[in-house]
Amino acid sequence: MLLNSILFYFLAGLAVASGILMVTRRNVVHSAVFLIGALVATAGIFLQLQAEFLFVVQIILYVGGIMVLFVFVIMLVNLDVTLRLPQFNRQRFVAGALALALGAQVFAAFWIGRGKLRLGESSNPMPPKNTEAVGQALFQHYMLPFEIASILLLVAMIGAVVMAKRRV
Amino acid sequence: MIPVDHYLFLSLALFTIGVIGVLTRRNVIVILMSIELILNAVNINLIAFSRMWSSVDGQVFAIFVITDAAAEAVVGLGIILALFRNRETVLADEMDMLKW
Amino acid sequence: MGHLIPQSIMPYVLPTIYGIIIILLLPLVAGYLTLVERKLMADMQARLGPMRVGPHGLLQPIADALKLLIKEDIIPQSADRLLFWFAPVVTVTMVMVALSGLPFGPAFQVADLNVGLLFILAASSLGIYGIVFGGWASNSHYSLLGALRSAAQLVSYETAAGLGLISALLLAGSLSMKDIVQAQNDQGVWFFSLVPFGFFIYFVASIAETNRAPFDLPEAESELVAGYMTEYSGFRWALYFLAEYSNMIVVAGIATTLFLGGWLRPFARYRDYFPGTSIEFLDTLPALIFLGIAGYCLWRTPRQPVQVQKIVMAAVAALCVLCAAVMAGSLFAPDAVRLGIHGAFWFTAKVGAYIYGFLWVRFTFPRYRFDQLMRLGWRFLIPLALVNVICVGVGVVISQTWGLTPWVSQWVMAVPTLGAAFWLAASDKQGQPGTAVRTADGE
Repeated sequence: MLLNSILFYFLAGLAVASGILMVTRRNVVHSAVFLIGALVATAGIFLQLQAEFLFVVQIILYVGGIMVLFVFVIMLVNLDVTLRLPQFNRQRFVAGALALALGAQVFAAFWIGRGKLRLGESSNPMPPKNTEAVGQALFQHYMLPFEIASILLLVAMIGAVVMAKRRV
Repeated sequence: MIPVDHYLFLSLALFTIGVIGVLTRRNVIVILMSIELILNAVNINLIAFSRMWSSVDGQVFAIFVITDAAAEAVVGLGIILALFRNRETVLADEMDMLKW
Repeated sequence: MGHLIPQSIMPYVLPTIYGIIIILLLPLVAGYLTLVERKLMADMQARLGPMRVGPHGLLQPIADALKLLIKEDIIPQSADRLLFWFAPVVTVTMVMVALSGLPFGPAFQVADLNVGLLFILAASSLGIYGIVFGGWASNSHYSLLGALRSAAQLVSYETAAGLGLISALLLAGSLSMKDIVQAQNDQGVWFFSLVPFGFFIYFVASIAETNRAPFDLPEAESELVAGYMTEYSGFRWALYFLAEYSNMIVVAGIATTLFLGGWLRPFARYRDYFPGTSIEFLDTLPALIFLGIAGYCLWRTPRQPVQVQKIVMAAVAALCVLCAAVMAGSLFAPDAVRLGIHGAFWFTAKVGAYIYGFLWVRFTFPRYRFDQLMRLGWRFLIPLALVNVICVGVGVVISQTWGLTPWVSQWVMAVPTLGAAFWLAASDKQGQPGTAVRTADGE
């Protein structure tokens, strides 16, 4: 249990720190590295919540696929001159204040309701074979969203190929 | 056990950081990456609740969120590449041809 | 011993010990793998290979490691220092993480996860970042091009490798590495004989995954200097090198677990005992193999030209006799010890055979051009892997509904897969020899 807590707080701190570093770096490649750190920390939190399949899916798909794509595009559109230009736009103070106001509202809602929800203790354990349970749910109850998601991916693939092709 | 609230607070923190990144940065790639951070915050929320109710429905939803994020990142990066070829810039402030 | 360690950390002690053993042994094994490769390459090219450093060149890897350690650490001036330092560390760390999921024996595994196979694949896919960031941080054109090419190749063949593995997973029914080997034990068959196309696809894809010839364009000497490793020298380059050879061990371990029966001996379920004892005939194979090698070494000892080499040959023979004694002695030991030692022997032997296949392919085939490489991955391997998965799935359903053994159903379904392979190879007009290279716009 102690290891559980240590793991969660360490990974949570890592995720938040990586997130803050990501949005403040001048160098976009460094931002990508910190986003990778945040995603790996999130995957660790998934594992700590006993969602093993989501843990490996997050690493293989998100970190090993989507972020590789991001890094490729960053290396293709990298302009050295952007390193010296201002990184934050004109509306940064208003936008920051609004975002913090939104965060404060939700924080207040969570704070009022704190302690009223309990994580399921061992009396209500997760299904022991996580991958099989997810697979069964995906192919029995959620078959229609699954098919729609695959069509979405096909559309995205075609769209990306068309968008990125060089028009001769 | 760690109370569910702690996961909610973590998810809120990541969400706020992502929103700040989307609203304040000029580089469109960093904006896209902040959107990915927002989606991850939502995933943490979903899976924490899935653990609370001891069902895998939250995890299935999170899988769909990841799929969505992948599709959106792919199309967004394609758009950025096309924009870069035309405008030679990746700063959102400078892509203002439709402004009056 | 059990009462010296508090109960709360007891589950972590054994995996930690295994992890430390792996980390300590890995540089040594990877180093001697380079020596084996050079000696084998020499043998296939009718020459002797390294003979100068130590008898028969046996100290060559140690000399190489020492040389790399004492070299000057050069960092290009305009390089990104953080990423330059970070990139080789990422690659080596991810390879070691992948090694922690491999089952070297029935009880010798650092972590037996429920999703063990996916965990190892995830660690391999994180290793791509070491290459990409290494090429970027070097701030040089050769490095960046080599890194992007290598990363594109790795991502493409990762898909094909995963699809090839799925065909064996359909037969195993679980993602846990230990369960996969157990399934091969229960069904009494190694999966490569049921899904030969899956094995072939995984073999080709794993050669491309590890950037080995004939898919080593990103790092070949006559191409982009050394690709992403151009600006790295000394110990940083040694880390990349170590990661590449350890990656070979990782993919060989995955293939062994999934297709070659892991730590099972051949004919694992055939029980034929020596009369009166509980020792099986086939369990004496490891000892006999070692005695055979010792005998060969002793036979070659008088023919060595130099006195030092004679002594070394005799010493190697003595070492083999010692190993044979260990193998034979463990037959009388309790079951756990016997299974552990014999399991480790068979796993190592199969991994060695698979790596021998890698080395053999390296010395035989010419290098693929990069567009040919991508064409092979996307237009041959991935469609073939998809067809293979469908056919294996149909075979599994056939054997369940009509009660046929997997042998019959899988080999019947191998026929359409073979047809698809031929059709894919023949329909690839651009890939035929003699066609000119076309750019992506002209197609």
